Amino acid sequence: MNDVAAPQAVRVAADYKSATKPIWCPGCGDFTVLSSITKALAIVQVPPHEVAVVSGIGCSSRIPAYTTCYGFHGVHGRALAAGTGLKVARPDLTVLVTGGDGDGYSIGGNHFMHACRRNVDLTYIVMDNHVYGMTKGQASPTTEPDWDNKLSPGGTGIRSFHPLVIALAAGASFVARASSGDPNGTADIIAKGIRHPGFAFIEILSPCVTFRPEQRAWKTLVHPAPVEPTDDPARAARRIMTDDGFNIGVLYAGERKAYAAPRGQSLRAVADFEAEFAT
Amino acid sequence: MSAPVAPRTLEVFMAMAYAMEREAVERYTEFADAMEVHNNREVAAMFRTMANYESKHAEQIMAEMGWKEPPPPPVSGFAWPSHEAPETTPIDEVHYLMQPWHALQLALGAEQRAEIFFGALAQATTSESVRRAALELQAEEHEHVELVRAWLEKVPVPDGDWANDPDPPRDDD
Repeated sequence: MNDVAAPQAVRVAADYKSATKPIWCPGCGDFTVLSSITKALAIVQVPPHEVAVVSGIGCSSRIPAYTTCYGFHGVHGRALAAGTGLKVARPDLTVLVTGGDGDGYSIGGNHFMHACRRNVDLTYIVMDNHVYGMTKGQASPTTEPDWDNKLSPGGTGIRSFHPLVIALAAGASFVARASSGDPNGTADIIAKGIRHPGFAFIEILSPCVTFRPEQRAWKTLVHPAPVEPTDDPARAARRIMTDDGFNIGVLYAGERKAYAAPRGQSLRAVADFEAEFAT
Repeated sequence: MSAPVAPRTLEVFMAMAYAMEREAVERYTEFADAMEVHNNREVAAMFRTMANYESKHAEQIMAEMGWKEPPPPPVSGFAWPSHEAPETTPIDEVHYLMQPWHALQLALGAEQRAEIFFGALAQATTSESVRRAALELQAEEHEHVELVRAWLEKVPVPDGDWANDPDPPRDDD
């Protein structure tokens, strides 16, 4: 018996990218987020068949099809529910949940809070463009109250949702902000999120060049967070509440133990469920 | 653009140059794919051509260095003068109705940034071998600038209303 392991080929970002061409608008920030995800997976060197990318509905939720990983393009706002179930049932998998601000903070807002609270070991990547792009430009939870357009004349007048603070308050153990204009830096942050043992929330500022062309300026506004990540949630909350919204980096990395299914519970086979519910 | 950090060895410098070319290949490929999906085939073909050129430059670096395998990508924390490599056009600078002239303008900007970058590195480095290589690459990028300029002479300048879409995605356009 030969006990010398064959050398394993190093995986590169292209190994995680499928042949399906994205149908996003040319110029969309989601292109570089896709690239950052594949680069992050190459940094972590996890095989594609051990990764599941789960999404909801929206432009950014198309991402699973553009990777060579297992994918699940789910129901609007329910990506975290599906991703949580998958991770609990298959803790051996690396689970990435992806989506946009409307999917994650509005339709899926409740799932977002409870996923943070549960602290299941998965990585939630939100491509935030402050607008519902797929449905032609309605205001989303993160839209500025004074964003004036034909669909919300004079702006909605409604205070914007602050996802990072909500995530922190709800119990996420890793909170970061990234920018699609900095794909290499974003890849590093995603890799850190994947390696973090717990719920890692990564908010990526990803401009919608069609409905929010002014967001092209974001790439000139973002800057590295001037301080190291903290494990003190109170300090992190103060920083996040008072920053300019363009601090990039890991802003909080706590040590709360990730949720795992209690030992002793055996997983039931699909046939068992069928017997119970489908007969 | 902040001042570049000069690599101390030729190997590291050429790995950096290689990474720059590969990032340009990746971006031009993304642009070509996006344009194909949006049925802008002329510009898609142009971006595909640019990706091929950059790919050849990367292969040239491999050959010059005698590398059998691509060098590892720059380590985490490696900083280009900006968020992306100088020869990489920012993702948001394309438009689905753009014309070959626009694509060439983007290529021109990329080559000019690369030329400036290598020139700055040549000045900043304390290594003679890095300085020589940087000057060589700067001269190559200058040649590319001139080639793109010559190419630009051959394509029509777009009309002022090139971005007008009779069926725009935004209803307030």
